[in-house]
Amino acid sequence: MPSTTSKTAFTTAWTPAHPALRDPALRLRVFWALSGLALLWPMGVLSEFKPWVLLEPGALKPALNFVGAFFPPRSDAEFLTLLLRETWRTVAMATAGLALALLLAVPLSLMSVRVLSLSSLTGRMAMGPSVLRQGVRWLLLVLRSVPELVWALVFVRVVGLGPTSGVLAIALTYSGMLGKVYADILESGEAHATSSLMRNGSGRLQAFFYGLLPQNAAELTSYTVYRWECAIRSSAVLGFVGAGGLGQLMDSSMKMFNGAEVASILLVFMALVWLADRMSAALRKNLS
Amino acid sequence: MYPNTGRDSYQLPPKLFDARCKACWLTVGVLMLVVASFATLNLQWAQFWSWDALQRMGRFVGELLHPEASTRFTGKVLHAALETLAMSALGTLLAALLGLALALPAARAHVHDPAHWRGVTRLALNALRSTPELVWAALLLIVVGLGPFAGTLALGLHTTGVLGRLFAESVENAAPGPPFALRLRGVGEARVFLYATLPQVLPQLLSYTLYRWENNIRAAAVLGVVGAGGLGQMLAFHMGLFQMGETSTVLLAMLVLVALVDALSYAMRTVLSR
Repeated sequence: MPSTTSKTAFTTAWTPAHPALRDPALRLRVFWALSGLALLWPMGVLSEFKPWVLLEPGALKPALNFVGAFFPPRSDAEFLTLLLRETWRTVAMATAGLALALLLAVPLSLMSVRVLSLSSLTGRMAMGPSVLRQGVRWLLLVLRSVPELVWALVFVRVVGLGPTSGVLAIALTYSGMLGKVYADILESGEAHATSSLMRNGSGRLQAFFYGLLPQNAAELTSYTVYRWECAIRSSAVLGFVGAGGLGQLMDSSMKMFNGAEVASILLVFMALVWLADRMSAALRKNLS
Repeated sequence: MYPNTGRDSYQLPPKLFDARCKACWLTVGVLMLVVASFATLNLQWAQFWSWDALQRMGRFVGELLHPEASTRFTGKVLHAALETLAMSALGTLLAALLGLALALPAARAHVHDPAHWRGVTRLALNALRSTPELVWAALLLIVVGLGPFAGTLALGLHTTGVLGRLFAESVENAAPGPPFALRLRGVGEARVFLYATLPQVLPQLLSYTLYRWENNIRAAAVLGVVGAGGLGQMLAFHMGLFQMGETSTVLLAMLVLVALVDALSYAMRTVLSR
């Protein structure tokens, strides 16, 4: 029987590492890495991924000029008043849009909640209500799968430039999102209180107000506040298609290559988003 | 035995408005905000519900009902859809890598970690995050020109901010035991991260990344409206030329893409949570 040292020498000569140190999943890892690369290649081609254009002198110089003009940001009184007005408009568009969205979302989500079905208390849900609920779910899906920017594009075409199209766009998309998530929240909780209320003869709205809503109110409010924050972000962006607010201001400044204006708008924008973020976080913390 | 039981269960309902009740003030504030918003916005409902606007809307919808379905055009739309997917995937991948790189200095690895760069990195992540993709795209168009590359970078930059913050938070929230055990034995920080922290948080990082990818597909579809490639660029182009048939096809493609992503993620979630 050979000594232990010669044995280790023998094994290291044959295998690169001690069996315990060898990666047991080496082949799989290599396979996945290679297939990942094979997938990345066509994606890079499709998205024209050419990082070197960033460093071409033709692209770099105007970019540097533009960014160089960021300092100092424009801060004369006239521009600041304009900025303030557009900032308020952005917030107002988000708030009004969300308020309209709630008007649509609350009834739709109540219609689609399965917990509030009377027929499903005794076995399967009846045919009519089940079809209606599914239909409402599809409607909510359609409402939220059209992005607000597309709605805004459409409404700008119909109503003309201005905040009306922005408010409508936010209202439609957010009603889809809110309605779906409200329904999900209401269905995810414990349904026992609600169903026993309904079993004992209360109406569905009564069961909702006394059984389902108190249980989920905090979560519903917290989600609404979060969506308000999102709505502020998207209403700022909607201006890029002509729906008023900060986005429209930024779009026009950018088209004139006015770096100083773009810089102050960006700063206000970040401050606004940060403020909305803080506020919604504080509110949600209080709620939970 | 239970002296308070009776009193507790037969309390009077709270007053409707109480000056010391924070929620009441909050509700009043929210209502005032809503009223002020509607009052100052100068919304043109009259114009929106006018016969003229309704007619225009009707005509618009009517024209949308005839999508352009020639093979050549659907081929182009398919290409744009693939472009959108590629943009979102590459942007998310870039963001995951950059986000992880920035999450490490932004996280306090252990209690005695001085984390000198934490504040600065968090500020940078917040700046990246609070600028929406569309604004990034509009800014980047000046640098890299029209096309999907600007969109990819824009998605990447915004998502870096989002993912970086989430990653930093999950690194900070990882169970401190295993890293502590390694650190106690004199293992370097890099190895502590690779062998104790990363294995704990990797599933969470992956699920965050997948979730953001899903969001980014939706974002990439519309990003093109400012000229950053994908379906959005086609939409803005054809809508600008009033070619409603083409617009309708592009819109349909967008809807299908988003619905597919939704359905897929829902299916994956149900499979994974089973």
